Order: sequence, then structure tokens, then C-alpha cells
Amino acid sequence: MEALDYHAEERRKAEFDVDEMKIVWAGSRKAYEISDRVARLVASDPVFRKDSRTMLSRKELFKDTLKKAAHAWKRIIELRLSEEEATKLRFFVDQPVFTDLHFGMFIPAIKGSGSEEQKAKWLPMAYKMQIIGCYAQTELGHGSNVQGLETTATFDPQTDEFVIHSPTLTSRKWWPGGLGKVSTHAVVYARLIADGQDHGVHGFIVQLRSLDDHLPLPGITVGDIGMKFGSGAYNSMDNGVLKFDHVRIPRDQMLMGVSQITREGKYMESDVPRQLVYGTMVYVRQTIVASASSALSRAVCIATRYSAVRRQFGSQNGGPETQVIDYKTQQNRLFPLLASAYAFRFVGDWLKWLYTDVTQRLQANDFSTLPEVHACTAGLKSITTSATADAIEECRKLCGGHGYLSSSGLPELFAVYVPACTYEGDNVVLLLQVGRFLVKTVSQLGSGKKPVGTIAYMGRAEHLSQCRCEVQRAEDWLKTHVIVEAFEARAARMAVACAKNLNKFPNQEDGFAELSADLAEAAVAHCQLIVVSKFIEKLQQDIPGKGVKRQLEILCNVYALSLLHKHLGDFVATGCITPEQGALANEQLRQLYSQVRPNAITLVDAFNYTDHYLGSVLGRYDGNVYPKLYEEAWKDPLNETVVPDGYHKYIRPILKQHIRVARL
Amino acid sequence: MEALDYHAEERRKAEFNLEEMKIVWAGSRRNYELSDRMARIVASDPVFRKDNRTMLTRKDLFKDTLRKAAHAWKRIIDLHLSEEESNMLRSYVDQPAFTDLHWGMFIPAIKGQGTNEQQEKWLPMAYKMQIIGCYAQTELGHGSNVQGLETTATFDPQTDEFDIHSPTLTSSKWWPGGLGKVSTHAVVYARLITSGQDHGVHGFIVQLRSLDDHLPLPGITVGDIGMKFGSGAYNSMDNGLLRFDHVRIPRNQMLMRVSQVTKEGKFVQSDVPRQLVYGTMVYVRQTIVSDASCALARAVCIATRYSAVRRQFGSQNGGPETQVIDYKTQQSRLFPLLASAYAFRFVGEWLKWLYTDVTQRLQANDFSTLPESHACTAGLKSMTTSVTADAIEECRKLCGGHGYLSNSGLPELFAVYIPTCTYEGDNVVLLLQVARFLMKTVSQLGLGKKPVGTTAYIGRAEHLMQCCCEVEKAEDWLKPSVILEAFEARAVRMSVTCAKSLAKFSNPEDGFAELSADLLEAALAHCQLIVVSKFLEKLQKDIPGKEVKRQLEILCNVYALHLLHKHLGDFVATGCITPKQGALANEQLRLLFAQVRPNAIALVDAFNYTDHYLGSILGCYDGNVYQKLYQDAWKDPLNDTVVPDGYLEYIRPILKQHIRTARL
Repeated sequence: MEALDYHAEERRKAEFDVDEMKIVWAGSRKAYEISDRVARLVASDPVFRKDSRTMLSRKELFKDTLKKAAHAWKRIIELRLSEEEATKLRFFVDQPVFTDLHFGMFIPAIKGSGSEEQKAKWLPMAYKMQIIGCYAQTELGHGSNVQGLETTATFDPQTDEFVIHSPTLTSRKWWPGGLGKVSTHAVVYARLIADGQDHGVHGFIVQLRSLDDHLPLPGITVGDIGMKFGSGAYNSMDNGVLKFDHVRIPRDQMLMGVSQITREGKYMESDVPRQLVYGTMVYVRQTIVASASSALSRAVCIATRYSAVRRQFGSQNGGPETQVIDYKTQQNRLFPLLASAYAFRFVGDWLKWLYTDVTQRLQANDFSTLPEVHACTAGLKSITTSATADAIEECRKLCGGHGYLSSSGLPELFAVYVPACTYEGDNVVLLLQVGRFLVKTVSQLGSGKKPVGTIAYMGRAEHLSQCRCEVQRAEDWLKTHVIVEAFEARAARMAVACAKNLNKFPNQEDGFAELSADLAEAAVAHCQLIVVSKFIEKLQQDIPGKGVKRQLEILCNVYALSLLHKHLGDFVATGCITPEQGALANEQLRQLYSQVRPNAITLVDAFNYTDHYLGSVLGRYDGNVYPKLYEEAWKDPLNETVVPDGYHKYIRPILKQHIRVARL
Repeated sequence: MEALDYHAEERRKAEFNLEEMKIVWAGSRRNYELSDRMARIVASDPVFRKDNRTMLTRKDLFKDTLRKAAHAWKRIIDLHLSEEESNMLRSYVDQPAFTDLHWGMFIPAIKGQGTNEQQEKWLPMAYKMQIIGCYAQTELGHGSNVQGLETTATFDPQTDEFDIHSPTLTSSKWWPGGLGKVSTHAVVYARLITSGQDHGVHGFIVQLRSLDDHLPLPGITVGDIGMKFGSGAYNSMDNGLLRFDHVRIPRNQMLMRVSQVTKEGKFVQSDVPRQLVYGTMVYVRQTIVSDASCALARAVCIATRYSAVRRQFGSQNGGPETQVIDYKTQQSRLFPLLASAYAFRFVGEWLKWLYTDVTQRLQANDFSTLPESHACTAGLKSMTTSVTADAIEECRKLCGGHGYLSNSGLPELFAVYIPTCTYEGDNVVLLLQVARFLMKTVSQLGLGKKPVGTTAYIGRAEHLMQCCCEVEKAEDWLKPSVILEAFEARAVRMSVTCAKSLAKFSNPEDGFAELSADLLEAALAHCQLIVVSKFLEKLQKDIPGKEVKRQLEILCNVYALHLLHKHLGDFVATGCITPKQGALANEQLRLLFAQVRPNAIALVDAFNYTDHYLGSILGCYDGNVYQKLYQDAWKDPLNDTVVPDGYLEYIRPILKQHIRTARL
């Protein structure tokens, strides 16, 4: 018997080779195969089921998460998975858990900031999970401003120890994942005080719980910070609170890769360049951009498939209604998100290359590209995560009422994703850093300092400030150089305008504060240009497979022109394009939607998500939505009895008019 | 002892009379007093506590909701509350419950569509809650397109009964609130079939459950549709599913005010004008707009107060850091939302007037303003609810990491609010209706048909198509006439452009489909103009109280100019303003933010929300945020024990390296 497939007709319509597109999406054939294999491994294992997750109480959910983490670790050991495979496996388990922080933050912090000795001592234990660690940086009163942390680590030369202490309410560690209930150790960030002098914030390895009975050690108060957004979602994580009451640790537990305290309590910078820490930052941000494309593509996959199932209005002579994906209003909201998923994927790939490049340069003590790399990764983290968070919610809306059901998967996806806009640098703070960098670049243009990398176009600011867009007909907007120049001109003009306005202020910092909203907009323009240009660069490569490159060209144009329409004010007000050219772009965009339409389902199939990972009744591969929604409903605990618990106490007295005398 | 107030200094800064502003916000002194009294009754009653709501399992939450509903009903009876007071009390209980639908949809449906006889029979029982009803319209496969419903009501002249039936899976009723577990009756919408002929969709009163034992009656399958977005939120409601297997009801349970079926099975229209149903629609939408201002005000109140508590960066010589509300990036995101809350409040008030006006006209058989009222209320429902949903999430982001905690109140507020964008008309579908009306209005301009009400400005299209904005200095943007003309010109020009593009299509419906995205933008421009102009009209009235009017003028300007900045592309591309004028508007906007700043806390105090209703630690009146966050964390069930449940099974085997042999 052939498997049921409500999308079969849609899939037949596709004009490209979906298997080749899957490889493009995965990055390489090898990456595709690993990802496919590990995804199936997780999907077929009943321990990893997650369809009842949103119905569990906090305690049940947490226990379920511990079970999955232990089981995942067991499978990783049994199957002798490589680090890459193990990371993928945890990714497909798709439930936030302490191991994310242990492997993603605790170990990297020791690797990045520990001395060789420290690494030799701690890493083997951590790799084997003989200890479980987390990353305790943010405090109740302190987040973005790391230099404002209040926890103190005071060196006591008498005992050769640090005294770790939480002097105020606001200094209590707050938020670290894995801290509340699981971690035995933490890298704790605290102000280093030696000789009565404050040397700023440094990292310290602190044991929190006994390895015998898991009880907190003396002087340590630790717990969970409580419920977070949504059901399921991040409630599986024990984000924690931590208070130190004069906890003593040996001197060699300060992470001493970059600076040290001697036996005598003298503070010394090592000769290792501080810039090395930027390498880790680039790595982490690259991961976040890649995760953005994953989350976005997941939401888009659900919304696209369901838009092909759902029909509403337009029935002719009693025939079926129109698939909502055929409505231009739906396409106009959905297809730019589909294009964004691909765009973010490719800019993420490029960031992987950038990380390799930066690593090599750092090893050769070449720090020249660092400011540009820092600005570029900060900006890309900010715009991709903001766009993704908004897009998930937009996809939910595109699914109409049923998108509001937990079983659509979208509420949980949104709830679990939105913290990405805040952690690893608040998105607005990051954009302002980009804004500062742009203005600095503009101000140095006269000084003969040539902008490099993603900011190189600023070297052509003079040309870009006066160039005219050559578009005369709608199809002129398909030319890549036309698109790139329009985006470059817009970004350059906005940055130059900000720089000019800033000059009017006697005090630069005042100007910066006053104009910060404009600077953030200029930064967005710059970052969008990066994404557009990396997409276009990708298309200049050889891409095999029937029709694959053609589809990507269409998506690239959709991405660029939808941005142009959304930010028309920028483009027109800076004179980069005329209102007529803007209207032509919009006309071209509509035509592109028609070209995307027959390929839409297959373009989301190319993400190669299992139904398990997708976790959505609306987004099921086979499109069998309505019967499954109906089945799913009956699993709710409320449906265990026909007459609800509470009827006799709270409903019957109302109906029987006994409410005045009822005891409630 | 004086009560602690961390916001005392902020409150001293306010430049206006807060008590008078509270009355402006409430609409009248009477409303203020009523609302204040009801809010306090609820806030002081321990049964109505909601601080642990997000931690309850679905079943516990539902039972808690039943209890609150019963208790509210008891209090309403004990205190002899009026209908208005009862509604207010229920709204302050702030937990979606079956009574919302009983009072808000079931009773109004019978009132609006039932004959006098039917009203006499059913309403007294409903008012006393001897029966509990819901409104069963949407089906699993059918939402926006009411005419596509599949449930059938086939008349059987032999028994003088209707046979109610669900012929397909997609015809299952799906979503109605209160249906799943509580309602004994429903107004069911079904296709009326008599003598083999389909007469379209009509309403029928159907009993679902026995009044003796609450069991579903024969032929009826009813249940809950499962978990929805978030924890707490709408999970307190038993949104239900319902299937009929040939359920028979007497003929007189069809709602027959507008059309009837005779004993012989003849379908006849009554002489009551069908337009009467529009009265109810205007009423419902007016309520939704006023709810939008409440929800938005709530989110803004939380974000504003917390922005004054939270400090980050900018410490000088070890002094306190800068309050985040002092950052222009924060102000440029927050203050427009504060202004929107006031703007929506006033347009909501105006809609109350419009409802009265429409009702009077309908009674006088004057249907001339109906199309305009319909378009105007559809558009305002769409725009205000979309903006509010986005704004709640924006407020959450403005609260940084802590906004992600359930006890910030924002996750639940978002989750509970967003369905508004879908119910009572999907927001996109509604905007398209507005656009259709605009196109019709434009096309009839030549025919001498004068546009009325909120579209009257289209009558001045000729002037508005060519007028030039007179702004030369930033402060010129403070003139109401300038703002109004810019918004009118933009709206007219966008509509006229759409009309011209439409004219190029040989088939208008094809054109409408193809250009729908542009049409939506034109509709939005029209709706924003309405809100701006109603705010300006409000300011032309006498408003007592020191500086109250002045504050509202500032907010009105903030509202208008932030829209202008956000939609700069529209204004500049249509030539309504020059890029230079756009920059001046932005400059003026920044100056206005500085004027809002000292009044911000007092402007949200004016909403007069109790801490109970607000339900947010971040937004608590006294600003004692950190202490309360810390205390609240310990209440999470995960903190019942220091060592978590699951340690022995799932954590210890990892740490002790026994995972390979562990039984998980």
C-alpha cells in the first residue's frame, strides 16, 4: 500500500531536483548524510518522544528532560558518536537541557580562558561528565553590561584562596541554564579584588554541589528561577539563581589563560593577546546565525505545508475552496520568510568560513580584521535572530486559528526561540555597536584607511552617494549589480547621514545617545546588505542539480526586493531609487511569487526535517492534518472524563440556582 | 510607616494632574469610580489570586477557572451588581472562562437573531444561568469563510424537526470557547436544508448536555481541543469540538428573527432588514478596540515601570548606572506604544458614539452610513489588535531577559491576547474588506456620490492629490492641520494609485487578487488616518486638569510622527512629504520623547491598574522588583527539594560513569 501523501500533487509540480537542494541546504553531502542519519536515530527512539511535552507539569517536564539527556548520553557512548554527531543528536532531541550549557559554554569557557594546566586538569573530567558545569555570568541586576557585575572574588594571600561572595541582592547570579538543579560546577564571573584593588571581571571555576549527594556546598544557595514563557519550551531548563556567602576556592581555580594572580596576590596580564577571546565570540555568533536559519526554516516549513492544505473561500460551483497558499496576501507574507531562511543559511555558511579565517589570522598575530569581523558578526546575530523571532510568530498567524494550538508546534517554537534575541548580546545593544563602527569607518574615510571585508563598499562612498539606480523596467530589478548597488548606496548614505548629524554635537557621546535610533537603522541597512551580498556570492558558485540554482536565484531576488519594499522609506528618502523604481520592484516581486509558488512545498522539503523534529501536526510531511488534529485533541487530560472534574462543586450549583448557598 | 515606593522620585517629576488623567482614561468620573471599585473587589479577594496560574497543570488550571467563575457569579449575586458592574468584575478576574462566551456571544446571538418569542423563552433561563451556552460557528476546516460551513440542519416536515448533522470530519465544530466541558446549550451555525434546497447558514439553539447529570445527549460527541499557546493564558478555557450524529431539535429552535421555516418546510425571509445584524457587529468590534487599548496599556505600564527600575551601563565614578528608560533607543520603542495606548483608547470611545449613532439610524431604517461604519470598524479592529499583539511582545523585549519570566506577566498577556487577531474576522481578511470599500469609494467619486464619515476626506481627493506639505522647520510638525493633511494625502494617494492599477486588469477580481498586498497597505493608511484624526478631535474638546491636555497633545504628536517615520516610504514615495521633511519629523519626534520622559511613569499610573490585574512583578506599583523576583523564584515546584526528583536515576549514573549499565 502506498503511503498517504496529500502533498503529492504539490511535490510533482516542483521544477528542481530536491535531493540536490537538500545537499545545498545541509552545506555538503557529508553534512547532509550525518544530519539525516542522526535525525532518524532520534525520531525512531521512543524515549525522545515530545508530543505530550506541553501538557506536563514543570516537575514532570524537568524529569523527562533529565531522562532524555541521560539517554542521549548513553546513545552517544554506545554508538561512539563523534563530537559533531553528538552535537547533532542533542540538537535533534530538541529540548533545552543542562548539557547545552555544559558542552556549549562551560567547556568552551575553560578551553578559551583556562591555562594549559587548567585545561589538562578540568577538561577530561568535563568531557566524561564526571562533573557537570554551567556558565554563571548574568546577575539579577546585571545583564548586558558585564563590567557592571557585582559578585566579588577577593584574593586572600594568607590561605592562597579566593573568597567568592554575593554582596547585594542584585549581585545574585540569575539565569544561567543548568545552574538551578543539575550543575556540580560553574564558571563564575566575578570582580577580582586583590590588594584592595578592583581588577575587573574574571572567570573562576567553582564547585557548587557535592559529588557524593548532590547537596549544595556550604555557603552556596542555589535554586531554579521559576517558570518562563510558554508551556514546554525553556521550562525544561533549570535556569538558576545562585548566592555565595564567602565561599573559598583555591587560587588555581581562577581561569588564568589571559591574566593571573601570583602567590603574593600580584595581578599580571599574560603575554597572550586579549584579542584571542574574539575567536570564541565569532564562533558562538556563527552558531547562533546557523540556529536562526534552522528555527526560521522550521516555522516556514510548517506554515508552507499547512497553507497548501488549508482552503478558504473561492469555491466554484461547489468545488473545493482555494488553497490559502494561492492568495497573494499569503504569498506576500510567507515567501519572503522562505527566502530569508535560505538567505540566513548561506550567510551562516559564510560565517563558518569567516571563523576559520579569523582563527588563522589570530594564530599569525594578525588582528587587523577584528573590528570589522566583530561588527559584522554582532550585526548578523542581531538581525537574523530578530527577524527569526518575528517570523515564527508571523508563520503562526499564517496558520490562522489552528496555529494557536500547541500541537501546531509554533507556540513552543516561538517561546523557545525568543531568548536568542537577548542572550549573547542584546540585539539592540549589538546594533548600536555596529552603528558606532559604521560611523567610525565613515570618519576615517579621509585618512586613507581603507575599509575591508564587509565594509569595503564604504571605500566607494563618494560614488555611492551620488550614483543613480538604472532601473527602467520591472525586470531590471533582476540584475544582481543593480540590487547590490541599491543596497550599498542605501547603507552608505544612511551611515554618512548619521556621521554628519553626529558632527553637529559638540560632545560625540551626547550625539550618539541622541541619535541612537537612527544609528540602529543605519546598522540594519548595513547588515541587510551583508546578507544580500553573501546570497549573491553564493549564486556565483557552481551549484549542481536540475533547476537548483534557478530556484535560489528567485529566492535571492525575493529576499532583496521584499526588503527593499519593507524599507522603501530608506531607499527613496536617501534618493537611491525613485518612487517609480520602488513601484517597479514591487511589481517584479509579485511576479517572483508566482515563480516560487509551484516550488514552495519542495523548497521546504529540502530542509529534510523529520516529523519528529518539526513537532507539528500542521506541518506533517504527508499533509494529513485534520484527522491528526482530531486525534490529538482527545489526548488532552481534560478529555479523560466527559464530565469535568469540578462539575459538582462549581457548575451544578450555578445551573441548579444554589450558588448563594454553595461552598466554593 | 510610609509605604515603600521606588518610583516616588519619578512620580514627583510628573507635570500634570494625575487624578484628572485617570478620569480622561476611564472616559468619565463615573466610569473611573466604577472601574476602581470593581478592580479593588477582585484584587482583595483571595479566591481570585492568579500568581501561580502558569504553574498549574491543565486540569488544575481548569478547575481553578471553574471555581473563579462560580465565585464571581456568587459575588455578583451577593452584591447585586448591575450588568455593567458584572462585566467589569469578570474582566478584572482576568482569566478566560466559559462565562465570557455565555454572556458575550450566546446571549447576544439570541437577542440579535431570535424572535421575540424565542427571546422570551430562552433569555430568562440564560440570564439566571439555568442553562449555559456557547457560540458554535467555526469548524475544523472552516473559519473565515462562514458561508463554507458544512454542518447541516435538514428540516423534516413529518416531525416538524431539524436534523443537525456533521457530514464530514472537517465539519466538526472546532474552537468555540466554553463548548468542550461546560456548556449545556449552544447556538450552532449550520446550513439550512429544506426540501432538498440549501438556504445557506443559519443559527440553531441546540441542547448539548443533560441538565441532570451533565452527560452529552445522544448523538452528540463533545470534548476539549487540547492545549493552546503558552502556560496559563487561554488554557483556562475549554475550547471545544463537537460532532452531531443526526441530532433532532424542534423547528422553533432555529433563530427566526430574519428568516423562517414554516411548518410546511417553506423558507421565508421576514420583513426585518438583514442589515440589523450589523449593529451587533459594530458593537462587538467597538469592544475589541477598547480591549486592545487595555491590553496595550497593561504591557506598556509594565515595560515603562520596569524601564525606570532597570539600570544598565553609564555608571560614573561608581555611581548608579543609567535607568534604561533614559536611553533614546528605549524611548523610541516604548513611547510610541504608550502614545498608541492613548490613541486606541480615544478611538475606542469614538466607536462607542458610532455604535449609538448606528443604532439610532437602524431604528429609523436609515442604512446609508452602514457600508462606511462597517469598513471603519473592520479596519480599526484589524489595525488596533495587530498593533497590540506586536506591542505586547515588543514590551516583553523592552524588559530584557526578565521579561521572559512568567512572573513578568508579559508572556501570558501575549499568549492570551493574540487570538484577537484571528477571531471576529481575521485581520488580513478584514483589511481587504476595507480596501474593497476604498476602491469602491474612489471609483464612485466621478458619479457625484459624496463620501461620508471617516472617508469624507476622499471627497477632497483632487486637492489632496497635489497639495504640498508646508513643513520647513521641525516644529511645524506640531500643527494638527499639517499632520492631518499629510495623513489624508498619503491615504488618498495610495488608494487612488491602487484604483488606477486595478483599472489595468480586464477582470477586476483578478486585479484585486494580484494587487491585494498593495491594497492592504492602502487600507492600513486609511485606518491610521482615522486613529490620528480621532485623537486630534479629542484634543479639540475641553479637557480639565493641570497640563492634562498638554500631555495628550504631546502623545498625539508622538503617535502621528512615529507612524510617519515607520511608513516613511509611503509618505515620500507618494510625494506627500519630501525626504527633508521626513527628517524634520524625526527630529521633532526625538524632542517629543524628551518631553514624555519625566511624565512617563505618571502616564502609566493613569491607567489605574491594580497590581493584581497587572499581574507582573516587573510592573508592580512600588517598583520593588528585584526583591520580589528573588522571593517568587523559590515558589516554583522545582524548588520543593534541593536535590531534584530524577537525580538518582538520571544524573548520578552520568557523574559516576555508570551510564552504560544504567536502566533509564
